Amino acid sequence: MTSYCKIDHVDKTFTRGSTETCVLKGITLDIEKGEYVSIIGHSGCGKSTLLNIVAGLTEATVGGVILEGKHVNEPGPDRAVVFQNHSLLPWLTVYDNVRLAVDKVFGAKKSRAERDEWTLHNLNLVQMTHAKDKRPSEISGGMKQRVGLARALAMEPKVLLLDEPFGALDALTRAHLQDTVMGLHQKLGNTVMMITHDVDEAVLLSDRIIMMTNGPAAQIGEILSVPIGRPRKRLELVTDATFLKCRQRVLEFLYERHRFVEAA
Amino acid sequence: MNMPVAKSNVSASILSAPTAPAVAKIVSLPLRQTAMNTRIRATLVKIASAVIPPLVMIALLLTVWQVLCMRPGATLPAPTKIWTEAYDLIVDPFFVAGPQDIGLGWRVLVSLQRVAIGYGLAALFGIALGTLIGQSVWAMRGLDPIFQVLRTISPLAWLPISLAAFRDSQPSAIFVIFITSVWPIIINTAVGIRNIPQDYRNVAAVLQLNHFEFFWKIMIPSAAPYIFTGLRIGIGLSWLAIVAAEMLTGGVGIGFFIWDAWNSSRLPDIFIALAYIGIVGFLLDRVVAGLASIVTRGTSAN
Ligand SMILES: Nc1ncnc2c1ncn2[C@@H]1O[C@H](COP(=O)(O)OP(=O)(O)OP(=O)(O)O)[C@@H](O)[C@H]1O
Ligand SMILES: [Mg+2]
Repeated sequence: MTSYCKIDHVDKTFTRGSTETCVLKGITLDIEKGEYVSIIGHSGCGKSTLLNIVAGLTEATVGGVILEGKHVNEPGPDRAVVFQNHSLLPWLTVYDNVRLAVDKVFGAKKSRAERDEWTLHNLNLVQMTHAKDKRPSEISGGMKQRVGLARALAMEPKVLLLDEPFGALDALTRAHLQDTVMGLHQKLGNTVMMITHDVDEAVLLSDRIIMMTNGPAAQIGEILSVPIGRPRKRLELVTDATFLKCRQRVLEFLYERHRFVEAA
Repeated sequence: MNMPVAKSNVSASILSAPTAPAVAKIVSLPLRQTAMNTRIRATLVKIASAVIPPLVMIALLLTVWQVLCMRPGATLPAPTKIWTEAYDLIVDPFFVAGPQDIGLGWRVLVSLQRVAIGYGLAALFGIALGTLIGQSVWAMRGLDPIFQVLRTISPLAWLPISLAAFRDSQPSAIFVIFITSVWPIIINTAVGIRNIPQDYRNVAAVLQLNHFEFFWKIMIPSAAPYIFTGLRIGIGLSWLAIVAAEMLTGGVGIGFFIWDAWNSSRLPDIFIALAYIGIVGFLLDRVVAGLASIVTRGTSAN
């Protein structure tokens, strides 16, 4: 049986001058359609590199990514990315940032009016319609991430790639956005691959948590399924036994078995 | 408002959610009355504080100048003498009294026309070449030192070469403007293109923008603040160059007027021409700066 999205024996080695650094070694992962997968690991282990390989922004040294039976090796809107630093174009308004993606992806398929409607629909999904005529510099960090999310969703990607989407946000905004993402995943059934540093976030949102060992030559250390039904309620989970067990499992992996050794 | 201290970093997002509602005392600040006339007065004060100091300074400088040049045997004319002798030039910039006897406004327009052609060509060519050079590290490394040397050459030094090449004063003057102002435009555009953040390139890659779309939708807007820096330096240099070029090539421009006035010992006229050149140069700079702030709205704020 072939899976929806398969990361197949991926190695990545960066060559800078004569020094070679092996960042990823033998990463194999199957992602099912509609699944929410988180990747967690210490800083610098190669999470972004892995995500960029799936996105096609970085080329794997060995191995590759197969999406719906097709080998993908260059970037495309079927693997939309929400970047950690939002990456909105500052000279475009919120609406135009999303519209740019909509025009590019649906330029041939939808009429002008339909594209306008689709842009507004996606802004509405992330509750950003009220700021559609503002520029990125005029809205808060959380709002920027919402727009980045709307832009990615508007492409109707097969896999949605999130690189620490909430990393730069304060705890309250972050919780709010996590709920938004959880609701959207429930509603739209996207396949999501998310990078995170935050154990609670990983357990709360994911169906499976991929724990990576420390680099160099990072591998998948352990995969944890989170057997908690959806919809999930943040407040109820705080005392949920399964939630706590999953959380403890990830914490043990990160802080006991693969403690981050600070480079001197 | 104080949040309960989270026990560990990783659990902060969960623990911070169920905060007990704190009983806060509501302090209401008295609203300040902003009456209409206080706002008008504030605006007037603001305008006055921007206009009065330069006016006072000008009056002061004119007085000093007057005192210094009223002495018998002074080599330069005093302001009062300039006023009486160049009166016709001051009051009417657009008179026409003969083929070579026209108001300074006309002369400035003729010069501006030359600048418009030379600078326009420099802007087009400079942005195009800068964009190409900015794409390649090696073109940048190879050409940048050459441009850095060329850009220091005075407009006047180019003039003989351009006269030899074109054998006509009009294209020579335009060429001198072009060659003087093109370097900062090329260099700044190239730097702007080089500095397009990787993030924007990633966005373009995910969207699969083609070369044409990438150029118009990412490159130009992203490099716009740099391009306008180049354009602004360029317009200043153009205006410097036109006066120098016209002094030597003749015609009816403001530069030639100064040369002509010197040859016929009309010193007061030269002072008026200098004032014109200064003010027009200032306005040109303001226009390009204003254009820049409209076009790069948002871009530079991030
Ligand atoms: N272009 C590159 N050239 C050389 N080395 C690189 C390059 N990009 C990343 N690396 C190295 O690869 C390793 C993994 O980087 P990566 O950004 O994937 O880590 P990460 O897990 O996403 O870290 P963080 O959690 O801090 O974002 C790092 O040690 C980094 O120095
Ligand atoms: Mg990263």
